[in-house]
Amino acid sequence: MTTTSAMTTSPLPTPGGTPTAGATATPVVRLRGVTKEYAGGVRALDGVDLTIGEGELLGIVGPSGSGKSTLLHIVGTLDRPSAGTVEIAGYDIASLSDRRLSALRARRIGFVFQAFHLVPGVGALENVAEGLLYSGLPRARRREMAAEALARVGLGDRMKHRPHELSGGQRQRVAIARAVVGEPALLLADEPTGALDSASGEAVMTLLHELNAEGATIAVITHDTEIAGRLPRQVRIRDGRVVADTSLASGEVGVTGAPGAPDASGDGKGAA
Amino acid sequence: MSRTRRLTAARLGPRDVLHVGSAGLRSRPVRVVLSALGIAIGIATMIAVVGISASSQAQLLRQLDALGTNMLVAKPGEGMFSGQEVKLPKDAVGMVGRIAGVEKAAGTGDLTSSVRRSEKIPEAETGGIAVKAATEGLLEVLRGGLASGTWLNAATGRYPSVVLGHVAAERLGITEPGRQVWIDDRYFTVIGVLDPLPLAPEIERSALVGWAGAERLLRFDGHPTTVYERSTDASVEDVQQLLAPTIDPQNPQNVSVGDPSSALKAKAATEGAFSTLLLGLGGIALLVGGVGVANTMIISVLERRHEIGLRRSLGATRGQIRIQFVTESLMLSGLGGLAGVGLGGAATGVYASTGGLPWVVPLWAVGGGFAATLAIGTVAGLYPAVRASRLSPTLALATA
Ligand SMILES: Nc1ncnc2c1ncn2[C@@H]1O[C@H](COP(=O)(O)OP(=O)(O)O)[C@@H](O)[C@H]1O
Ligand SMILES: [Mg+2]
Repeated sequence: MTTTSAMTTSPLPTPGGTPTAGATATPVVRLRGVTKEYAGGVRALDGVDLTIGEGELLGIVGPSGSGKSTLLHIVGTLDRPSAGTVEIAGYDIASLSDRRLSALRARRIGFVFQAFHLVPGVGALENVAEGLLYSGLPRARRREMAAEALARVGLGDRMKHRPHELSGGQRQRVAIARAVVGEPALLLADEPTGALDSASGEAVMTLLHELNAEGATIAVITHDTEIAGRLPRQVRIRDGRVVADTSLASGEVGVTGAPGAPDASGDGKGAA
Repeated sequence: MSRTRRLTAARLGPRDVLHVGSAGLRSRPVRVVLSALGIAIGIATMIAVVGISASSQAQLLRQLDALGTNMLVAKPGEGMFSGQEVKLPKDAVGMVGRIAGVEKAAGTGDLTSSVRRSEKIPEAETGGIAVKAATEGLLEVLRGGLASGTWLNAATGRYPSVVLGHVAAERLGITEPGRQVWIDDRYFTVIGVLDPLPLAPEIERSALVGWAGAERLLRFDGHPTTVYERSTDASVEDVQQLLAPTIDPQNPQNVSVGDPSSALKAKAATEGAFSTLLLGLGGIALLVGGVGVANTMIISVLERRHEIGLRRSLGATRGQIRIQFVTESLMLSGLGGLAGVGLGGAATGVYASTGGLPWVVPLWAVGGGFAATLAIGTVAGLYPAVRASRLSPTLALATA
């Protein structure tokens, strides 16, 4: 169902905090030459180029330790790259202060975690409403939207249930409701089915597919090849490099024509 | 489609700040109680120390108000040569009564007699009770009252009847009139027992016999040894100047004049000066309580790593994380402070009601105690809050 694939021509550079106006299809995410080195010399990401257009549903797959979570954190502006540029919803994040990045997350990005990270002892509705706490919306409106989001994920009858009164699959759906309640430009999910049995995982993936069909842009980390196989686009990562991207012509991996991009084609591990 | 809006972080409303700040407390009530306890004890101690001394002071001031500060007492002074016995003139009471501004004067005369429960008790065992002759006006000048019985009057004063001060009655084991006591060589009938007299403790320890009766039955020479007078409030100072020259125009230095209420005033002042030692102990408890709160906050931040990471991912700024934990710390110490004010106030109340004192907890002490808690809460919460806000969101979210 994806109508837009990765853009390969680069639009105007973006000044600090002000996204480029007027672009018809500003990609939701554009990474160029993103490298992340941790203290101790671990290179978790090594020259990653990745563009995600509006309305895409993609899977990020790769073995454990390949850098998937690191990539998701950088795309989610929870971390900054050691090198390279990151643009989210048209904002160049290098030019944004921590405060503005927080605002960007509050309005444009939703996260779903493997461990759910729900607030214990608090009902489902309040957990979802927490997703709008930093948005500046008034409290009554937040609760209203939270109730709608809960109904949307099929938990309209579980508003007052606290996390320990819900099954794993239900908890993850609460977490998804919390992530999408503010209608973010981008939904990021790190192994959302990792802690679930296959039936619950199935339900969660179906929900993500539905949300995408309604227009949400979603990136899902998974190492379940079966789940990944059903996603419209797959980005395969190994040792911090993108080794395959089904949205690109096969064989042309990681190099998207950006000038000065590092030579990433030399590893010879082309996609199938 | 143009989005030229700059990104600005939304502010949390006061209600939302309270909401996030109390989230941690609501989920751990036992810990809240335990860590607020130190502060509560500290504040309670300080409030009780200040409250109890304020209550005692209020009691004395109230008493002073009732007793008045317009009574003066004249006694024979030290003689010019040691050992020389100075006597006030027989008519001293009448002379004082005629001074302008004096409303009423009365006198007592010391007797050498002793009073005992019965003739069988040896004379040496007087129990420290003096026998005095008293003029009829004495009770009124002292603003004293009768616990039971009647006061001396012209009729009873002539006969072997006696009124006991409340200490004297206690020592003699007499609670009601009608009993007899042995004075010198005969029985006197107790016709009344007095209430306590804070302005004249010497009368409390006395057995009082009428002036005429004392002269007739106890060989009283008629010279008063103490003259009491009440004047209008405005003329107290003038009367004080005039007392000695009026009583003894030739040798005014032989008369010493005193103001019994000044002792009570001084006592009230010292009661008001609360024990700094106890206050210091309260301060130490408060400090320990503050350390307890800081400790709880550090643990809270460690435990809620995931929550901090989650909130950062939901768009919380560092400032908002800081505010959350400072608010939590403030609530924790504020709860302790409230409990402390309540406990301290209650302790003061119990002390006051058992001692029959008015219940006074000075507002400045409550305000000061509460301000101290808030200051402690801020200081205790600041370091943990800054640590929480500096936490890397990715590390906070990592499930290790
Ligand atoms: N905070 C960190 N400090 C140091 N090394 C890290 C940190 N986070 C991840 N790494 C390392 O970076 C690499 C990629 O990790 P990660 O992105 O979590 O991989 P994945 O999610 O694909 O399993 C791993 O070798 C991991 O050990
Ligand atoms: Mg991972």
